[in-house]
Amino acid sequence: MLGGVVFGAVMYKIPHRNPLQGDKQEGQAAITPYVLITPDGITLITPRADKGQGAYSVQAALIAEELDVRLDQINIDPGAPAPAYYNTALASDLLPFRSTNTNYLTELARSIADAPVKLLGIQITGGSTTVPDGYEKLRWAGATARETLKAAAAQQTGLPVAQLTTRDAEVILPDGTAVSYVSLASRAADIDPVKVDALRDPSEWRLIGKPMQRIDITAKSTGRQDYGIDVRLPGMLHAAVRLNPRRGPVNDYKATQAETMRGVKAIIPVTDGISVIADNSWRAMQAAQAIKADWGPAPYPAEMVEHWQALADSFAEDHLDSQFLDQGDVTATDTPIIAEYRAPYLAHAPLEPINATVLVTDTRIDIWTGTQIPRFIQANISALSGFDPDDIHVHGQMIGGSFGHRLEDQVVRHATEIAMQMRGTPIKLTYSREEDCAQDFTRQIAMARLRGGVRDGKVETCDLGIAMPSIIASQMSRQGVPIAGPDAQIVAGAWDQPFDIPNYRVTGYRAPDLAPISSWRSVGASTNGFFHDCALDELIHAAGADPLAERIRLCNHDPSRKVLEVVGEMSDWSAAMDEGQGRGVGFCLSFGVPCAVVIEVTNTPRGIRLDKAFAAADVGRIIDPVNFEAQVSGGVIFGLGHAINCEITYADGMAEQANYHQYEAMRLYQCPQVEIRGLENGERICGVGEPGVPPAAPALANAIFAATGQRIREMPFNKHIDFV
Amino acid sequence: MKLKVNGTEHQIDVEPEMPLLWVLRDELGITGPKYGCGIAQCGACTVHVDGQAVRSCQLPVGALAGEVTTIEGLGSPEALHAIQAAWIEHQVAQCGYCQSGQIMAAAAFLDVNDAPTDAEIDRALSANLCRCGTYPRIRAAVKTAAAKLAEA
Repeated sequence: MLGGVVFGAVMYKIPHRNPLQGDKQEGQAAITPYVLITPDGITLITPRADKGQGAYSVQAALIAEELDVRLDQINIDPGAPAPAYYNTALASDLLPFRSTNTNYLTELARSIADAPVKLLGIQITGGSTTVPDGYEKLRWAGATARETLKAAAAQQTGLPVAQLTTRDAEVILPDGTAVSYVSLASRAADIDPVKVDALRDPSEWRLIGKPMQRIDITAKSTGRQDYGIDVRLPGMLHAAVRLNPRRGPVNDYKATQAETMRGVKAIIPVTDGISVIADNSWRAMQAAQAIKADWGPAPYPAEMVEHWQALADSFAEDHLDSQFLDQGDVTATDTPIIAEYRAPYLAHAPLEPINATVLVTDTRIDIWTGTQIPRFIQANISALSGFDPDDIHVHGQMIGGSFGHRLEDQVVRHATEIAMQMRGTPIKLTYSREEDCAQDFTRQIAMARLRGGVRDGKVETCDLGIAMPSIIASQMSRQGVPIAGPDAQIVAGAWDQPFDIPNYRVTGYRAPDLAPISSWRSVGASTNGFFHDCALDELIHAAGADPLAERIRLCNHDPSRKVLEVVGEMSDWSAAMDEGQGRGVGFCLSFGVPCAVVIEVTNTPRGIRLDKAFAAADVGRIIDPVNFEAQVSGGVIFGLGHAINCEITYADGMAEQANYHQYEAMRLYQCPQVEIRGLENGERICGVGEPGVPPAAPALANAIFAATGQRIREMPFNKHIDFV
Repeated sequence: MKLKVNGTEHQIDVEPEMPLLWVLRDELGITGPKYGCGIAQCGACTVHVDGQAVRSCQLPVGALAGEVTTIEGLGSPEALHAIQAAWIEHQVAQCGYCQSGQIMAAAAFLDVNDAPTDAEIDRALSANLCRCGTYPRIRAAVKTAAAKLAEA
């Protein structure tokens, strides 16, 4: 970085080494590195992966707010994986503290939980944490860089710093002369970063809170955006895999036909499968299809009925995982209302099939891939290859959708296994859609049981048990990280809801490990939001109360009450509906964000039609209203589409769904009109990628009940009712 | 074998059954058309052949009869097609991976229907899958583009 300068902010007692400074500048370890200025331009480092949620833009905007640059004046770069980019917001949601509780002890516990995350330098994109993690530290980085550039300008001109201002990547002198940041780069590199005492008051913000244009929008609208799958390197070959659909070992295989096919260069066994390396992706995939293999058995139950039975058997004392909520006396009901709910495995199925390009030479490994876990990849590939982690270079790529898919790195391991055998040749491995689907680490399967009661027109008792395997244990087992204690995700989105029900208990039961599972957009709340809110809706109906009014009456958290009231206004909740129409409300507080959804449906002779969706969510502070609207709307549509028609089922140990004709989710013609409103009453700033998902499915189920009188307690709903 | 893509003639040596998508992506380095499903279920690979929207993952290159236009040839950041301009104005894209196909499908559709109703838009574009759920903005952008094209 000769002639350049990097800036960050002094935020932590023992900061990690600045990965942009190089080994010889250990003395500057107190700087966290987000701003890189060279004579060629300004680059903002945006370490959180962009998988469509606009993370690059929002990170850049937070830095730019203090740095005084326009978003069209900068380049962005995800940077190299480094401990300095650890996620400060991730740990707080691993603890069983209500996100609505901001008292001293809870804050203290959150800060303690942060310590191991920092020690490990865990650089993860996920959990709707990009904004809470970066909201302050990226602005500090921008402010430090700005003040240091002003100091450099003062040195250059002999003017006092107090007379200098900044605007659009320039320092402005009192006489109006502009000195570009870029021209100050080498001088700024020689001075110590200036300590900044305070961030700007929100009243001075130029970017935050105002509509922004995403920095990738033109590239993505003109076919110019490159994703990982578009990586091209000189001499690169294309690889495809044929993997055991039962996720176990390969007993035997025959590739005699594949070997002779046009363009095939090599056939190399990989973990649990076989790879074909060819001069073209299609030729590699065709040859992989031609391989005959004898697959070993699945390391989990082969048939779906066994998976459901394992969950049913887990509602037992010896599977008790947590009981974070237990108030009043849930046994006091004489005529209990009983119900059972189910949610299936779901694939992530982002539109870009997973892929990785790997080049192994004698001295280093380079990896080009879209990933949410670059540091884990470094560690895993080090273990696999024997290379030192410092010699493994991960180049983060734009991601064509993830929904949690890129929290796994199986494709990188496979690509590296191949590239280790073909040193000097870059190998791009692309999973076919069918392999991507068959090998997905899916959303958890889950089951819930309600025993509730009502009295005098009110909900009085809600006792909800939830059984699922541990998502976090399954996911982290593939990263070699043992997880102790209860898994808060088993009950997330259910135990932590802001309602005062007199007798109220949520119990988590840990089912045995079944098919491998992972985080799927909104994680535990993706199933539990459905269970909890549908249970509440049934109880409210039994009490004879209004679904929205009773939720508002029970609510004990002001921002949550407000989103319920607002979604009522948006949907004109009390307005009369025609015969055959129905309106349902769903609510879930997840990732600290209360989100309420109202769905309107019509029961047509051909099935249920989704007419309108209204959603209100409170993230504390909206960084970009345009992207906020996109994320909540997208989350609601994602939740609805999967609730209507998606599931992954296993037969003979193999996923029965292979492509989008069997796993369709929402199409344009089924998509309701969507209206979104954002509120800012919450106490802390939160992310918005996930919270729109959990309340969507229950809102639809409750709307279908209102329209038809039919309670649907199992996703996908099309097993029970037709949709237009 | 010869083919013409975005106005440029290319000479290729491939088997006739190779889908056009993989000729474009791996042989010619034209990566705007995307691989999503390989079975004409998602529409991410949509290109125009003589102005008609086709699924390039299902078109054997040997059966190609006509000039190919990909998203790169529809317009450029410097000279946007009206549909691309509308896509930018409405900030449709999230991950953006499906949007090349959405835009190509919308362009061919508006060529034959310059004043579409909501129902016609839904029918015309429902074969293009978007996993991020950008559908409300797709509808809005198609209407904006239709209005702009009608003025021209």
